[in-house]
Amino acid sequence: MSLIEELTALKASAVERINAADADIEALRVSLLGKKGELTALLKGMKDVAPADRKTVGEIGNDVRQIITALLAEKKAAAEAAQLEAQLAAETIDVTLPGSAHVVGQPHVLQQIIDEIEQHFLGLGFEVIDDTVDSPEVETDEYNFERENLPKDHPARDMQDTFYITPEILLRTQTSPVQSRSLEKHDFSKGPLKMIAPGKVYRRDTDDATHSHQFHQVEGMVVGENITMADLKGTLLSIMQALFGEKHQIRMRPSYFPFTEPSVEVDVSWNEVTPDTKPEDIEWIEVLGAGMTHPNVLRMDGIDPEKYSAFAFGLGPDRFAMLKYGVDDIRQFYLNDVRFLSQFNRKGN
Amino acid sequence: MKTNLTWLNDYLDQAISLDQQAVADLAEQVARTSVEVDSVTTLAQQQDGLVVAEVVSVVPHPDSDHMVITQVNIGEPKLIQVVTGAPNVAEGQLVVLAKVGAHIVNHETGELVTLSAANLRGEVSHGMLVALQEIGFDNKIAPKDFEAGIYVFGPNDGVHPGDDALVALGMTDPVMDTDLTPNRADMLSMIGTAYEFGAMLNQPVTEPAFDLVEYETLARDQVNVVIDDASLVPKYALRVVNDVTVGDSPLWLQKILWNAGMRPINNIVDITNYMMLMYGQPLHAFDLDKLSGQTIHVRRAMADEQLVTLDDKTRELRAGEDIVIATADEPLMLAGVMGGSSSEVDHTTRHIVLEGAVFNPSLVRATARRHNLHSEASARFERGVNWDATFTALDHAAHLVDDLAGGQVARGLVVAADTDYDTVIMPLTAARVNQILGTTLTLKDIAGIFDQLAFTYQIEADTIQVTLPARRPDMRIEADLIEEIARLYGYDNLPVTLPYGPTTPGHLTLRQRQIRASRRIMESLGLNQAISYVLTTPEKAQQFAENPGEKVVALDYPMSSDRTTVRQNLLAGLLEDVVYNVNHGVANVALYEQGRIFIANAPDTLPTEMEHLAGVLTGTRATSTWQQDKTEKTVDFYDMKGVVAQYLAQMGVDEVRYEATKRHQNMHPGQTADIYSGDVYLGFVGQLHPQVTQAHKLAPVFGFELNLFAVMAQVQTGVHYAPISRFPQMSRDAALLVDDTVEHADIVALIRQTAGDKLVDIQLFDVYTGDKLPAGKRSLAYTLTYQDNDETLVEAEVNADFERVTAALIAQFHVAVR
Repeated sequence: MSLIEELTALKASAVERINAADADIEALRVSLLGKKGELTALLKGMKDVAPADRKTVGEIGNDVRQIITALLAEKKAAAEAAQLEAQLAAETIDVTLPGSAHVVGQPHVLQQIIDEIEQHFLGLGFEVIDDTVDSPEVETDEYNFERENLPKDHPARDMQDTFYITPEILLRTQTSPVQSRSLEKHDFSKGPLKMIAPGKVYRRDTDDATHSHQFHQVEGMVVGENITMADLKGTLLSIMQALFGEKHQIRMRPSYFPFTEPSVEVDVSWNEVTPDTKPEDIEWIEVLGAGMTHPNVLRMDGIDPEKYSAFAFGLGPDRFAMLKYGVDDIRQFYLNDVRFLSQFNRKGN
Repeated sequence: MKTNLTWLNDYLDQAISLDQQAVADLAEQVARTSVEVDSVTTLAQQQDGLVVAEVVSVVPHPDSDHMVITQVNIGEPKLIQVVTGAPNVAEGQLVVLAKVGAHIVNHETGELVTLSAANLRGEVSHGMLVALQEIGFDNKIAPKDFEAGIYVFGPNDGVHPGDDALVALGMTDPVMDTDLTPNRADMLSMIGTAYEFGAMLNQPVTEPAFDLVEYETLARDQVNVVIDDASLVPKYALRVVNDVTVGDSPLWLQKILWNAGMRPINNIVDITNYMMLMYGQPLHAFDLDKLSGQTIHVRRAMADEQLVTLDDKTRELRAGEDIVIATADEPLMLAGVMGGSSSEVDHTTRHIVLEGAVFNPSLVRATARRHNLHSEASARFERGVNWDATFTALDHAAHLVDDLAGGQVARGLVVAADTDYDTVIMPLTAARVNQILGTTLTLKDIAGIFDQLAFTYQIEADTIQVTLPARRPDMRIEADLIEEIARLYGYDNLPVTLPYGPTTPGHLTLRQRQIRASRRIMESLGLNQAISYVLTTPEKAQQFAENPGEKVVALDYPMSSDRTTVRQNLLAGLLEDVVYNVNHGVANVALYEQGRIFIANAPDTLPTEMEHLAGVLTGTRATSTWQQDKTEKTVDFYDMKGVVAQYLAQMGVDEVRYEATKRHQNMHPGQTADIYSGDVYLGFVGQLHPQVTQAHKLAPVFGFELNLFAVMAQVQTGVHYAPISRFPQMSRDAALLVDDTVEHADIVALIRQTAGDKLVDIQLFDVYTGDKLPAGKRSLAYTLTYQDNDETLVEAEVNADFERVTAALIAQFHVAVR
């Protein structure tokens, strides 16, 4: 058999063996193309080929090598793909099993309400006064009551039963004293005073589902040269819509607070109000008290009520949270039951 | 105040409609314009089937010794048989029959029941004769006790058999119960309320008229008055009415009283109450014959005086403070608050003294509070009565005593004080009103509102001069008038604007941002925010306090023994929260709180308030039902410390040190560390003392408490960026056998001190204690990482650096390098 025939036979045999191979492609490659492989052995016969035929035989030899090499590579790739597929199949898991537990804490629901209020008023250019010096939780009778136009024998003091420490020191019953403390420090040459003061307040109450001896308020106040009750109305509408939704409306009703005049109670519509809503279908819920700051209060804080006017309001985060989420017992806010706290976790809201 | 709309219509020129929808609309308008409305109700409620019945015959029940069989006439051809146990039933009476099918309110359960025919020991009763308590009257307003029997109309009440009894008894009158704010003293009277509704409905008000007939006898011959101190009583007058006949009031007056929530007593007392409801002016009637001497004194109580008030309570009077009306011998009443028993008008009374006065509001208020005696009278005097009506009400009362009790009014008012009301004329401009309200009202608009209010005014150029009337004691300053304009113009009509003017930036201060960041970091570390009570017990107030030697802030007059003292630490509150959770089946708790603690200073100065941050961990960090090995690890000291360490790192607090401490009484002495940044004390972290947690049957609880002020002061502001080195790192491991007494912190400090400038990181990667080691030893293994920013490290140099470290560790701590 000539060398050409032998090469052709090797090619046919190699193709057959490669196609049949299912395991060790590398061993087959070595036996075919290796230094001691079959092709190498055959080509050692080149030295016996007539010089005129060497070129032809050489080309055939190269062809055979290339074909075998290509086939081997193809076979190897197929084998690797099959192996990967098998591995992936073996690694398949139940992706519907629960993911590993990671713990993320929540802000307290009252904090969330306070944060929302704070965000809104920061956007309106308000300062937030909540530090221990300008917004102390233990207050003097003077700032808590007298500077708020509630002298010692004022009937309205009955509206706020008070935890006294001494006859002159008490747990603040409202965040209103922050008004006076802020006004004293404000420099009106730098513009109007616009502030909110979130914080804890205390009343001498027996705790039950609707009363808590400790709760929160966010006082708000704007003092400037042309501050009107219409501004108060607009400001309150904006915060109520921020808290309860754009389609909610407010209404103001006459009320009485010693530190504001006129004084109003503010209701928010429990349902959404559109131009088609009939007035009698709106359910109003009382949410806060507000008013134009009483001239006596301004005067006591050294502000000329002829020159400056002011409005003030008091927001109740506890009440808002109860309304917004349907919490029916205010004591829930202070028990810190993890099952309660962790429900308020919709950070995407 | 219960406002009977039927009565109110007496004073309005055009009667308001009393149909249900009209009344509901009116209530809405009142709520928007003047005061809150609690309810609009009738005494009748849902009851029906009640008629006036004439008792035609009464015969004994054959089988009962306490029941009788009556035949009653209800204006129909046939009489109706009714069996009753009422002790007072008699032939000829006009009574109230609840017919078969009637709906009445059960006086015990308050439920509406339907009456059916009943067989009472063999006799059929077609309905029931009722007492007022059986048709919805509260005992406090029914004129007779329930035990006295059924209600019987008087002969002159003008009712007839078959009349609707609900109408006859005034029970269908709509009553609007207003929730008055303390300023609206005027609305504690029907006339004042009529002015308010008149203003709202733009209707004139007609005040009641009466003709007082006086007899020859001079009142001042029978009584005279001595006022000790003019400041007690700016107005004071008496009238004398002789030869009165005390008895029940006519039905029309009783109806007025019970619709106002007051109980009819007798005609004299009822007249004074009627006048109080009409004018808002409390009056009092004394039995003249029960007074010793003719002189009435208005004075402050003297030492050791006592008085039995009409509620039969003996009151110890406060010398020099309570105002009393007295004879020369004894106090007669607590002025402006309640009368005394000794001079009470009763059925034997012949001659009476009527008193009309304005008492000092502050003193009345103080007396009412001191004696916890808040009466209809004190409520009015405290808020302020209409000075212009005081003597009118007195005259009107005298007229009614003449009319209803047959009395002869002695000639003359005995006036002991008659100070003029301090009438204020308040100037106001439209510009000022619009400046405050944001409106565009004209002076004409404003004058129109004062017309509605029936305030008198004069217009001079651009100013309106408004006379503030005595019937509105709440009107004292300009803002009061602006409020009247605002509410009558309508808050709904105010424009909606936002403040304009110089822009002010809204921003948080650095400290505020740091506190907010503290909360966010805690939450990202898996702790839920808690808000606990600030008031607690004295023990808990200091349970984990930084310095239990500090004075606490304590309430003067607490509500309960578990809320007496203001906290000096947050951890005690968090521990309470853990106890609550564990007791409710929540075993894994991770909470933090940011809030204030309070250190008392000198009396009558404010305490020092400080912001703290505290946290607790107990149970496991996360619960997974099927990956327990991965997550269900019970928390330990290092979990809590890790939270603190990560928090401080995130805040930017450097050079944090933890020092083992036994000084916290309620912390585990072997598992607690004080935390410092440099030399500044920040707080502590550790296990709560097992004695504390075991008392509540808790698993180990770990906690920390930091002084936020100290933390914030240590925050290094600004981020210092360092380029990442391009050159490779090298690391060397050192496994050290060390004495138990040598702390990790000491080893790290020594490594850092001796490692040279190429060391960039030290990691503790293994801690081993156990049988395989000699007693008192443990093995600590560290990886030291070296890197140079400017060039590739030279192995020999790193080896030299590393050997210097191990040599130092051997020399200083006698470690064995393994």
